[in-house]
Amino acid sequence: MSGFKYAAPAQFYSLAGKMVPWFAVLAAILAVIGLAIGLYVAPIDVTQKDSYRIIFIHVPAAWMSMFLYVVMAFWGAMALGLNTRLSAMMAQSIAPTGALMTALALWTGALWGKPTWGTYWAWDARMTSELILLFLYLGIIALRNAIDDPRRADKACSVLALVGVVNVPIIYYSVNWWNTLHQGATIKMGKASIDDIMLAGLLVMVFAFWFYSIAVTLVRLRAIILEREAGAAWVARLAEVKEER
Amino acid sequence: MSAEQETTQETVTASGSIKSRHKRFLWIAVGLVFVVAIVALVLNALGSSITYFYSPTDVMQNKAPQGRAFRVGGMVEGGSVVRGTDGLTVYFNVTDTAETVSVVYTGILPDLFAEEKGVVAQGKLDDHGVFQATQVLAKHDENYVAPEVQAALDEAHKARAAETLKQ
Repeated sequence: MSGFKYAAPAQFYSLAGKMVPWFAVLAAILAVIGLAIGLYVAPIDVTQKDSYRIIFIHVPAAWMSMFLYVVMAFWGAMALGLNTRLSAMMAQSIAPTGALMTALALWTGALWGKPTWGTYWAWDARMTSELILLFLYLGIIALRNAIDDPRRADKACSVLALVGVVNVPIIYYSVNWWNTLHQGATIKMGKASIDDIMLAGLLVMVFAFWFYSIAVTLVRLRAIILEREAGAAWVARLAEVKEER
Repeated sequence: MSAEQETTQETVTASGSIKSRHKRFLWIAVGLVFVVAIVALVLNALGSSITYFYSPTDVMQNKAPQGRAFRVGGMVEGGSVVRGTDGLTVYFNVTDTAETVSVVYTGILPDLFAEEKGVVAQGKLDDHGVFQATQVLAKHDENYVAPEVQAALDEAHKARAAETLKQ
């Protein structure tokens, strides 16, 4: 049961501190490699020419926006079910990065939509449901700030996150369920209708986004732990806190 | 109450009530099932109004809205694009291989507009069954192809066509 000791905020605080540099460095290295492949090595697309290169940002951001929401909802469920503080803090730390990824996906999509489709925005099912995802993230962040008692805020945000999780499969399958302006999935289970070198660049960027999200979320989580445990004896014993005082 | 005291208290309540913990997870699961059911019913009720465009088959079967603007989507039929003398008006057919809708549009077309490629036009059907478009968008597919690969594909296609001609 040794793994469970990290469920205590004090233990996780130091563990997260050790993990952050690794994920941050990995993210930076992968981003450089991924962008080098995407912007220099990969050939142009026959129909879209150079404008397709936005996928190296757009696709990882869109995937992360959905994946982070599911992770946030998972920790919300854990917080509700187990009544653990760290689970709620995990969920709390993910929301801003999720919102950033969603905004990035919408923004890059709009920039790409103009030269490709001929419009920045269309109210099709894929784009509308992704916009709802952004509002869910922002709503959860707002709800937390509206409630003074952190433990009550944990519960409210967890419930909202769980209710909103139905939106994720809607985003993902929207292109199959309805006629949409947005095209279907390029990368499906077992096959991808994309050039190998483009796929390689895309996957490297996906991992870069993953590690970036983990690093940033852990940094935020550490700040949240310190803020919410400010009165605890272990925080007062921390070297960095002693220095400050 | 310090955080450490809170932790001990939590451990006691949590370990002392495994049952209530299971009960909470059960309630979460039940709640999720209801939310999914509600959303599924709403989406089902909204039905085709979520659809961004109608296919030419929908239009021919009168499934598309009558007398008001809607969008029609499909492929630009090969060889159907005709440009008007004013240089801005363009006539083309949208097809889903089963049915075809004639479209008239005056304005600037997106760069990716081409024959045999996806298109979504917004507008109204006139009395002659011609779709008077106010906006034309290019809908592109999910394939990303490098120029060399496309060249190789075209070569293979030509070779096959020559083969068939010989026979």
